[in-house]
Amino acid sequence: MSRPRTYQTEAIIIKKIKLGEADRILTLYTPILGKIQAVAKGIRRPKSKLAGHLELLTHSTVSFARGRNLDTIIGSQTIDSFLPLKSDLSLTAYALYTTELINQFTAEYIENRPLFQLLLETLHQLCLTGNRELLLRHFELHLFKEIGYRPQLRECVVCRQPLQPVLNYFSSDTGGMLCPDCRLTQTIVYPLSVDALKVLRWLQDNDFITISRLKIEPKLSHELERVSRNYIKYLLEREVKSVAWLDSLKQSTQLI
Amino acid sequence: MKEKVISNQSLPSTAEPIQRLVQELNKLPGIGPKNAQRLAYYLLRAPEEQTQLLAETIASIKRQTTLCPICFNVTATDHCLICRNPERDQTKVCIVEQPQDILALEHTRIYKGLYHVLHGAISPTEGVGANDIRITELLERLKNKLITEVILATNTNLEGEQTALYLNHLISPLCIKLTRLAQGLPFGTELEYADDITITRAFEGRQGF
Repeated sequence: MSRPRTYQTEAIIIKKIKLGEADRILTLYTPILGKIQAVAKGIRRPKSKLAGHLELLTHSTVSFARGRNLDTIIGSQTIDSFLPLKSDLSLTAYALYTTELINQFTAEYIENRPLFQLLLETLHQLCLTGNRELLLRHFELHLFKEIGYRPQLRECVVCRQPLQPVLNYFSSDTGGMLCPDCRLTQTIVYPLSVDALKVLRWLQDNDFITISRLKIEPKLSHELERVSRNYIKYLLEREVKSVAWLDSLKQSTQLI
Repeated sequence: MKEKVISNQSLPSTAEPIQRLVQELNKLPGIGPKNAQRLAYYLLRAPEEQTQLLAETIASIKRQTTLCPICFNVTATDHCLICRNPERDQTKVCIVEQPQDILALEHTRIYKGLYHVLHGAISPTEGVGANDIRITELLERLKNKLITEVILATNTNLEGEQTALYLNHLISPLCIKLTRLAQGLPFGTELEYADDITITRAFEGRQGF
């Protein structure tokens, strides 16, 4: 039986590149098909019916027609345009960071419904007020879990003993914690305070509603950010581009 | 950006100069391998004067143009025609992403002020930050007390909006009037296809009839 010539799915637009005179190639993240690419024709013209429904960081229902190489988008209707998010400079930067991670960590046509839900929920939560840094850490930890890189935070990955409430170490190579005795088995380790480890475990086990109740010191927040970023860099073997912009925004808002 | 490549094996019977021209044309945006071939064979049959003129014109755009040191528009003289024109309103500066945007705005003949070309927009996932476009030069220019209004005419997509928000953050402390081009329904379209953000902004910006 041949596949139908057109199909429809909900999707979040995570990347766009220009193509030809007025077209774009979009990267979309969908619940069933995973990450897909498709051509949106004429989308760069002012009178395009699709343009507003297919902007970055938009949750839409999208219809496709199968093509020889790439599929073509034939229709689209916005479900949520995340307007509060797009009207705020730093929120947009946070959101673009999450979509860049999704794009970097996933391959095309691999279904991962929980990951889609995680991205969607994170974008929703970013629109509401709350601790954005914690939201990002929560997103990262659950992203690791969904793609098979869930860090081991309960026991030492070398001696398998439960971690004691002392200064322990995180190792990106082994994807988990090392107790003070085993830390010399790895060359690169990052010290992780008792509080930071507690927060990470808590983020790993809880959902969005409970994390909005958590308040943490900026110093602790920095510590978590450093460990998380190093782990991401290790896994991707490259820098996440949107980090530079996120950092420069953080700096300039602190100055004012 | 990925380079488009035609493998040499696919055109074994083509003369080498033609082959080279096809490859060069193929690098242009929107020109695929077949289009490149068609253009190459057209030029082969065209009169010599025409191909000569084309070659010289292409060579001259790099040699004979530069960026205006004030607004960064492309110019053939040391300052661009708009910056040199004393009749333009020296108190207004309109900020656009690329030189082509000036053409679209000038075509309407409504705006009589000056321009500033950023040569890009902030795009975090492409690694384009505030220092990669001409924002520092703009801020330097705004020290000129003559300028009383800055009009943001960046694109209405996510990158353009980000750039506008960022400029707002930088320019609002300077006590200069800052405006953004209105957003709403484009002329000649149908309401039923409009997206949520466009309709929201069209309502917010509605005017007395």
